[in-house]
Amino acid sequence: MRYPEGEYRIVITIWVLFVLSCAWLTGRANYTADLSAFLPSAPTQEQRLLVDLLRDGMVSRLILVGIEGADSETRAFLSKGIAGELRNNPAFSYINNGEVSSQQKDREFIFNNRYLLSPKVDSQLFSVAGLHSSVSKSLEGLSSSAGLFLKTLLPRDPTGEMNVLLAGFNSQHIPPTLHGAWASRDSQRALLLFWTRVPVSDIDGQQQAITTIQQAFENVLSKGKADGIIKGNRPRLLITGPGVFSVKARDTIRNEATRLSIISSVMIVALLLVIYRSLTVLMLGLLPVLSGALAGIAAVSLGFGMVHGITLGFGTTLIGESVDYSIYRFLQSGRGENWVEKFWPTVRLGVFTSVSGFASLAFSGFPGLAQLGLYSIVGLLTAATVTRFVLPAKGSFEFAIRDLSPVGRRLQRLYQPAHYLIWPLALLLLLSCALIYRHADTLWNRDISALSPVSPGDQVLDAGLRADIGAPDVRYLAVVKAMDAESALVAAEKLGARLHTLVDKGVLAGFETPARFLPSRATQMIRLESLPTRDILEERLQQALKQLPVQAERFSPFVSDIEAVRNRGPLQRSDLDGTSFGLSLDGLLVRQGAEWLALLPLMAPSEGPFANSIDATRIRAELADDHDLSGALIVDIKKEADQLYGSYLREAIFLSALGLLIIVIVLLAALRSLTRVARVLAPLLLAVIVVIGGFIMAGHQLTMLHLIGLLLIVAVGSNYSLFFDKQSMQGDQAMLSRTLASLLFANMTTVTGFGLLAFSKVPVLQSIGITVGPGAILALVFSAILAQHRPA
Amino acid sequence: MVRRTLSLCLLLLIGLQGAVSARTAVAGNWGLDSLMQELLKNNHGRAIFREKKYIQLLDKPVESSGELVFVPPDHLEKNTLLPRSELLILDHGTLTIQSAEQKHTLQLSDYPEVSAFIDSIRGTLAGDRKALEKVYRLFLGGSARHWTLILLPIAREMSLTINRIKIEGVNGQVRSVEILQADGDRSVMTIEPPVSK
Repeated sequence: MRYPEGEYRIVITIWVLFVLSCAWLTGRANYTADLSAFLPSAPTQEQRLLVDLLRDGMVSRLILVGIEGADSETRAFLSKGIAGELRNNPAFSYINNGEVSSQQKDREFIFNNRYLLSPKVDSQLFSVAGLHSSVSKSLEGLSSSAGLFLKTLLPRDPTGEMNVLLAGFNSQHIPPTLHGAWASRDSQRALLLFWTRVPVSDIDGQQQAITTIQQAFENVLSKGKADGIIKGNRPRLLITGPGVFSVKARDTIRNEATRLSIISSVMIVALLLVIYRSLTVLMLGLLPVLSGALAGIAAVSLGFGMVHGITLGFGTTLIGESVDYSIYRFLQSGRGENWVEKFWPTVRLGVFTSVSGFASLAFSGFPGLAQLGLYSIVGLLTAATVTRFVLPAKGSFEFAIRDLSPVGRRLQRLYQPAHYLIWPLALLLLLSCALIYRHADTLWNRDISALSPVSPGDQVLDAGLRADIGAPDVRYLAVVKAMDAESALVAAEKLGARLHTLVDKGVLAGFETPARFLPSRATQMIRLESLPTRDILEERLQQALKQLPVQAERFSPFVSDIEAVRNRGPLQRSDLDGTSFGLSLDGLLVRQGAEWLALLPLMAPSEGPFANSIDATRIRAELADDHDLSGALIVDIKKEADQLYGSYLREAIFLSALGLLIIVIVLLAALRSLTRVARVLAPLLLAVIVVIGGFIMAGHQLTMLHLIGLLLIVAVGSNYSLFFDKQSMQGDQAMLSRTLASLLFANMTTVTGFGLLAFSKVPVLQSIGITVGPGAILALVFSAILAQHRPA
Repeated sequence: MVRRTLSLCLLLLIGLQGAVSARTAVAGNWGLDSLMQELLKNNHGRAIFREKKYIQLLDKPVESSGELVFVPPDHLEKNTLLPRSELLILDHGTLTIQSAEQKHTLQLSDYPEVSAFIDSIRGTLAGDRKALEKVYRLFLGGSARHWTLILLPIAREMSLTINRIKIEGVNGQVRSVEILQADGDRSVMTIEPPVSK
């Protein structure tokens, strides 16, 4: 079908306008390399909380630093030097390296606010009887092994609040100290902890924080060398943490998006030049590709508000696939033949099956994968439409294409005896099936870290430093919600009181609560009101100490402290700034949308009838009778994470099955014959099975990303098998040689596109590339073999 | 703070170590080396201790008493019975402090500074004068029959809290350990063999 001159001009105008507007959208789009797009959007409340904590929680702002090499004195010197240099740097909200000065603010905070923080404080404590009993207890304490230490606190803290508070505040594990700074247990590393002020999603800010630490290291190192303190081996700086990962991942993604696009473009252009031997044809052939790529990016930008770097990297596959359409168009047209009439229906069907496959990506719960899906769908549809309507038909335009009939004829000769290969193919299939059957249990990688965008080497370093620091893994959380921070703290206190009874029963070993660091205002007011005025306190002390071997005058610092607290009033959040408790509080009192959450990590007992596990139902039952607490969530983080991954694997399986079903329906609708559909699908399913067999042979476990790749083998490969199906229906030998040549070249470009991804360092791209690259080749070869073996 | 407390606990332990040891005296060429050997020879068993802490803040000293147990080579208990029960156990480098309210367990290797004290105890027991001299300067006075060993901390951080430790003994037996703190307060622990023995 050829357009009348005027109509074609309109088509061209529409196309130019379309491409221009896409280019404009592409130019205006926001590009990001934030990995959180590849964190799933979570279906349940517990999982949403988990994902939010991963994304923005306090843990995500932690940078762990290790110093290796040289000797332990040098490492401690560097640790102190770096911490000293950066302690007042606004990039960090807190730094800890075990130095006394790191903890000084913490201690001052506890000590200065002991009468607001201590749960022991009530009016009973400050009665004559209360004072007598608490002071006698403190005096008794002097006889203990810690007595010589306790005596220094006695004049200011005769009731022993500090002792009570320290036990609670220092419940976390602390690494050993060597030469005045934290060191790993084997003494081979100095350890430091940094909390960045910016969240992990601010990758530029994270990058800056990392550079600042590296610079401080270099400064201290060169200073130490100049002063002759550091000699010999050069120490190494190790940095890890969520922020470090996101910076690294962004760099990788940025590099790869550009690198992959350039390499694949160069390779495909070179290939096309060899095939066409004509610049004009090459340019024409690239038009659909460029239009498709621009339209894809524009669609993603419109649909998601931002374009992810990984989507751009994935673009190479689009280049490889969409260039096929022009290859078909240019190579399949014989003299005087109408390509649109003869071949377009097959190409169109191929486009629809491909799109059906990518559609399963578009509905994925991972926003990042959904982007890849939308990008590919729009890109392919645009490229095909441009090929069909915009590219000039042969003859309407003067251009020459290299005569490829010799290649086609050679291929045809090669192809004749292909049916002998049916036996090796059957053997391969049998072998793969046997492998799959034997390894069915270990086929899937069920570990959520399989999806982690962090390289295994970095994961090992991270785990190592974390183990050194001894950061305990929080597995269970109790969570209460409220409309504001104060109500959340009140709820946390209420929940804490209930949890205490569970601790007494031995169900829990203990728990942490934000109210430890900042009691609710209501609680603080009650404590403040229980503090007596100076005169009353002095008088009561006189009476209380009558029988004790200490003079009331000795406790005048205590009297002044109480008065100071009374005058200062309740604690504010800002009073915790600069202490590690500020961070603990921010980690446990979290804003989520319009609500505030109080998180109370629960510790399972290590012995007894409830050892090592926490029975969420039992805890829920304990809370059920209290209306305010019945909404509390008990979250088992490990279980939720596993379930989260499980649900995504299930989703991927469902979407892939759905994608396959849609492909079958599309094929049935177009071919109207079950046998033909079976013929088209058989080589593709064979390719899928053999690829899985290959993975097992290589000892490679499959994730949901591979599963998606397997579906794409069917989606992409259907183009080839459809042509063979059409060929067998029409049986035109002249056409066969042209079809074979076009399929070979189309396959080469596709394999180039996907194959390059297999070398990517980004797991999402790598998994899909390593699956679809070999799969596409197998799909073509198997289609050829099976088509030849067909009874005439 | 915790660390300092611990150091002090361990300092007390050092005293005990010698306390439960030795029975016989050697005559002749007596000196630090022969005292060490003496302490090493028979250093296991039980003893009773009485401790007085002289604290300027208080009108009278704080008293406590209890039992000491040593099983060579590395198990030591200080069982305070009065006025408040507290059990300190050092075993294979693990220190457990147990009182009515709480129980703390610490690995000495986690506290390198603290383990310096323990190493000196082990050094004493093994007759390893070198280990002891890593942490303290040693001064020995008196005779084999009635001797006084003075330990002066070498490290500055330690000398900020501890002025000196004075150990007195009769023959191979430690009779008292006095710890003088930098602020002038002091504790004196006297050690006697159990009544039953």
